[in-house]
Amino acid sequence: MLAQFLQFLFSGITVGATYALAALGFTLIYNASNVINFAQGEFIMLGGMLAVYFVQAGLPLPVALLLAILIPAVVGVLIEKLAIEPVKGAETVTLIIITIGASLVIRGLTAVIFGKGTHSLPAFSGETPIDILGATLMPQSLWVLGVTAIVVVALWYFFNRTLQGKAMLATSVNRLAAELVGINTSWVLFMSFAMSAALGALGGILITPITLTSYDVGIMLGLKGFVAAVLGGLGNGLGAVVGGLLVGILEAMGAGYISSAYKDAIPFVLILFILFFMPRGLFGGKSTDRV
Amino acid sequence: MKKSVYNGLYLVVAILLVLPFVLPNSFYLDLVIRMAINAMIVLGLNLLIGFAGQISLGHAGFLGIGAYASAVLPTHFGWHPLAAMVAGAVATGMLAALVARPIFKLKGNYLAMATLGLGIIINITLRNEAQWTGGPDGMPVPAMGLFGFELSNDKQWYWVVAILLSITVWASLNLIDSPFGRALRALHGSEVASQVVGVDIVRYKVAIFVLSAVFASLMGSVTAHYVGFVSPNFADFFHSIELVTMVVIGGMASVYGSLVGAVLLTALPQALATFEGWETVVFGAILMLSMIFLPKGLVPTLAAKFGKGE
Repeated sequence: MLAQFLQFLFSGITVGATYALAALGFTLIYNASNVINFAQGEFIMLGGMLAVYFVQAGLPLPVALLLAILIPAVVGVLIEKLAIEPVKGAETVTLIIITIGASLVIRGLTAVIFGKGTHSLPAFSGETPIDILGATLMPQSLWVLGVTAIVVVALWYFFNRTLQGKAMLATSVNRLAAELVGINTSWVLFMSFAMSAALGALGGILITPITLTSYDVGIMLGLKGFVAAVLGGLGNGLGAVVGGLLVGILEAMGAGYISSAYKDAIPFVLILFILFFMPRGLFGGKSTDRV
Repeated sequence: MKKSVYNGLYLVVAILLVLPFVLPNSFYLDLVIRMAINAMIVLGLNLLIGFAGQISLGHAGFLGIGAYASAVLPTHFGWHPLAAMVAGAVATGMLAALVARPIFKLKGNYLAMATLGLGIIINITLRNEAQWTGGPDGMPVPAMGLFGFELSNDKQWYWVVAILLSITVWASLNLIDSPFGRALRALHGSEVASQVVGVDIVRYKVAIFVLSAVFASLMGSVTAHYVGFVSPNFADFFHSIELVTMVVIGGMASVYGSLVGAVLLTALPQALATFEGWETVVFGAILMLSMIFLPKGLVPTLAAKFGKGE
């Protein structure tokens, strides 16, 4: 009973950490530009696929992983420079379609270059499961959780203790005012796309040894990351992390105790209920409209 | 003013009258029928997105309910196709009305999330209830018939769809100019200002959402009967996006833009079939480029360029 519960909890937290990283990516870009980046899921996919490719090509693991993070970051920056910056101030629908177009291009190119097969990555430190009160925990889960925790702390430090981080925060609060005090908001936009692509890719790499990857895993991962970001209150970093873990855990519990066929529907049922009662998510502040 | 509004309608009717006599073969007739059905779906969606300014990323879910009502009820319960179609529309309307009130307290990206979630839940349900829906493989749809007369060949379908499309265009033009349409446009412009002049914005948003959903359901039924087959892909997220793209590429809040958007995006996959394996890449690139260079959509951009409104 307890063992089963713990088992679901472990798998939930592990997947939830990936959702949290994706949700942080959504949050970064949303704060810098008010854009919901529907290509976020493709960065997760790209991270996993590139890591598989470079490892199979014989590169040492650390180099392969570094490249698998850097390349998506460059792709993120390209999207920002070529497709987001030229349409500043466009309607929400237009921006949504642009980022979905970008996601189709990334997904299509991946299918053309790497094929449509399913790939796997060897776990970073062995496959010997750890036994905890009757439930098993894969060592890779510890990697996922550990790295996510480090990233969250590093981001907190970046946004609260460094000038660059504070500049990015200031831009999200009030872009015009930020420009007036000399913050280069175009640099902020650049950084937010690079960072959010890198975060997504990192999540994708970490989870690949557990869940496998293929060219089309990005859509669902991205949408669930979006659910996590909205659940926590769009634009709220802490909310994104809590939202991600919550979505992961509830999904795993629902799949285990209710119905595994409806596993993918659980995050969306959850977000509908939350939005019905808390229109701005769990941690979203009250907002007023300027008339 | 009134006259110029209807000029476009006359042109549409004229084109529809001539088309079957100039189309070279049945491949093109089939393509035109699918364009016309999509045009009607997009018109309904444009009322919601373009005129009322509300996003829906789950519209294919409503199409799916209609389509599956037309497939499941006659096949498993022996319903008359027409009754099944109405039942689908009523069910869709009730679902839309049920979720509309809480949903339309939301704005922008939160509204996008809620409608997206609703569409995905509908899609997953259709995929999973295989004993009724055939699961991921889909299921065949019986033919549509009325008073012993059965719609069987593409020629008959063409005229039915052409008449429906003409009526839909006419009704849309009138709806936009009615008090209801003016209220919608007002709340798109400024919700606060329209409240001040006495527009009950929640009521109007709910009304247009339900109307647009019911219409989508009816069109889902029509598509299902015409194609003779329905699969969950018809109700998936990507199809919702395709529909929204048709609205935006043609031109938001433009009746004729909806027609242009539907025609272009229905033809596009045929044109892209030559790029073997690269279809997704090219389709994505076209979406991005058209949004970057024509953010207002084709018809409004061209209309502005040639100095005359619609």
